[in-house]
Amino acid sequence: MAKVVAVTGNEAVANALRQVNPDVCAVYPITPQTEMMQRFASFISNDLVKTEIILVESEHSSLSACVGASAAGGRVITATSSQGLALMFEILFIASGTRLPIVMPVVNRALSAPINIHGDHSDAMSARDAGWIQLWSENGQEAYDNAIQAFRIAEHMDVRLPVMICMDGFIVSHSIERLEYLEDEEVKNFVGEFKQLNPLLDIEHPVSYGPLILTDYYMEFRKAQDEVNTKVPQIVLDVAEDFAKMSGRKYGLFETYRLDDAEIGLVILNSAAGTSKDVIDEFRDKGIKAGLLKPRLYRPFPYREVGEALKHLKAVCVLDRADAFGSSFGPVYLDIATSLYPYKEKPVLINKIYGLGGRDYLPGHAETVLNELVEIAGTGIPGSLKEYIGVRE
Amino acid sequence: MPKGLTLKELSKKEIMFSSGHRMCAGCGAPTIVKMVLLGSNYPVVAANATGCLEVSSCISDYTAWKIPWIHNAFENAAATLSGVETMYRSLKKQGKINDEIKFIAFGGDGGTYDIGFQSLSGAMERGHDMLYICYDNGAYMNTGIQRSSATPYGADTTTRPAGSVVPGKTEQRKNLTKIMAAHNIPYAAQASPSHWMDLLKKVQKALAIKGPKFMNVISSCNRGWRSRTDDAIQLTRLGVETCYWPLYEIENGVTKITFKPKEKKSIGDFLKPQGRFKHLFKPENEWILRKIQEDIDREWERLQKEEACFAS
Repeated sequence: MAKVVAVTGNEAVANALRQVNPDVCAVYPITPQTEMMQRFASFISNDLVKTEIILVESEHSSLSACVGASAAGGRVITATSSQGLALMFEILFIASGTRLPIVMPVVNRALSAPINIHGDHSDAMSARDAGWIQLWSENGQEAYDNAIQAFRIAEHMDVRLPVMICMDGFIVSHSIERLEYLEDEEVKNFVGEFKQLNPLLDIEHPVSYGPLILTDYYMEFRKAQDEVNTKVPQIVLDVAEDFAKMSGRKYGLFETYRLDDAEIGLVILNSAAGTSKDVIDEFRDKGIKAGLLKPRLYRPFPYREVGEALKHLKAVCVLDRADAFGSSFGPVYLDIATSLYPYKEKPVLINKIYGLGGRDYLPGHAETVLNELVEIAGTGIPGSLKEYIGVRE
Repeated sequence: MPKGLTLKELSKKEIMFSSGHRMCAGCGAPTIVKMVLLGSNYPVVAANATGCLEVSSCISDYTAWKIPWIHNAFENAAATLSGVETMYRSLKKQGKINDEIKFIAFGGDGGTYDIGFQSLSGAMERGHDMLYICYDNGAYMNTGIQRSSATPYGADTTTRPAGSVVPGKTEQRKNLTKIMAAHNIPYAAQASPSHWMDLLKKVQKALAIKGPKFMNVISSCNRGWRSRTDDAIQLTRLGVETCYWPLYEIENGVTKITFKPKEKKSIGDFLKPQGRFKHLFKPENEWILRKIQEDIDREWERLQKEEACFAS
């Protein structure tokens, strides 16, 4: 029986982690993630989990300790935000290159400078090519559900890759929402027992982790790592199907909202998708065929499926809550453009950068963008390809 | 005699770091690793910081390690091993593992004194049941003899080369053993492969103590020290006999010098065979030699006084 609760996003994910009950957790405080791990620490102090916690002296050490703990042969978690993720950067690649199924909620926050504690996606976007699987979450419910599914995906014997669960700092992490918890026993059965693979602690079968591989085999190794990624989308779908049977909540590689017959559309990640859906309803009421695509599995990115879902539109705006300096466009725009490039007939594609450093994304912003798309759909001619919205001039 | 430490008994034990590794002839590190692993009567899981020992001991698909071994990155051997050790405690508590396992990290001075210092300090403060071994050859030898905070005063390195206005390194070494002892860990010690029985006893003692332990072991590097490959062990012996590298231990805060040279040799005896100190023997640099000797004398005095404080 599902239990309906009113909790913050941080509290919801902390509860998911309690229900999964990992063997080891290594963590360092950073806003806005801190509350999540404070709650998890209280589960440890009150004997509600079996987890051993390592209260490290930095995020670099938290992920380093996770690499050691995961290689040792058990279920491992950490969590971070912003500068903490940036400090982990070096070890992100080692965790994925070593194929360790570490699960890490990332409570998205802007990167310095200037220092800013509020939500945007520049942290996780900077790490999008680090070899981790990324699941993005619109609200507390999705963050909770993604957290539970993440273990099944990461630990799948054909995957064995680390997973980030991305959720918006403050907007989701600190807002109280209504959501449904699964029963502890359901979650326990869903994630199952951790399956060891070449555990370091097996002294009868000594293994060496972290070898030197030079020009002779490095490239083959990297290619093999890429091939593992090609298996991920189907496994994400399989896990989502099992999850739907248990919870009644359906997840795909991405969510489409009124997109099938749409002529104009928005592509947007995380919490701002909720605001956008309301505005899309208003446009639909006016007879304008508007829709939305919200990526969920952002890495590996399902280019083919996303391209198929968007190719029939006349005009699409990709809204990025992060900038990609020097590349002219936001990171999600670049991926959507890549998805659509193979098609002869494809929508006009524009990019808006919004909500940096926690700047509000309001219904008015979505409305302005959709009005612009209506115009572009009529003329086939875009105005500016990239613009900042909600910014002081 | 501690358990299993006679030559006869040691000769029967399997060497857990195999030959065929690619360390240089005359390198102290593999000798130290072999000795440390011989000193354990329990299975060992090891972590290794990036460095000479790491790049030369596990070149895929070969490994010199007959024990479980993990290399993560340069600065995080201590944090990595703290994760391994924590998983061990977790699985042991859950009854999923029963073996008695010891955990040992190896790092060079660059990976320990400098870039890995924070990670080491954190792991020691958190009280993990592990032994960290620093093999200190006094520079970044793997990348080509660059200055580290363990480089001795006056030494010629590739980033602080002795020239017409710079006489090599112009700063003192960091006293890492003292700093680690200041973490109030139950055991910190200095050792040398030249005094192998002393080293083995310290390893055995350290592994018998629960909690974080640190050992700093002098290691020769013929490439960086500009010395003969067959002088490797002799040079570390001279390091000890000149009191450049005193052998001592600090157990639960009590300092004990484990080897006192009958006659302390002049520091020149240690420096002279090493090309990295060649420039110090020019007449205009005599003051540097004097300064090095004075620094060593002062530290040796201090160490003896520290020991005397605890003598009953």
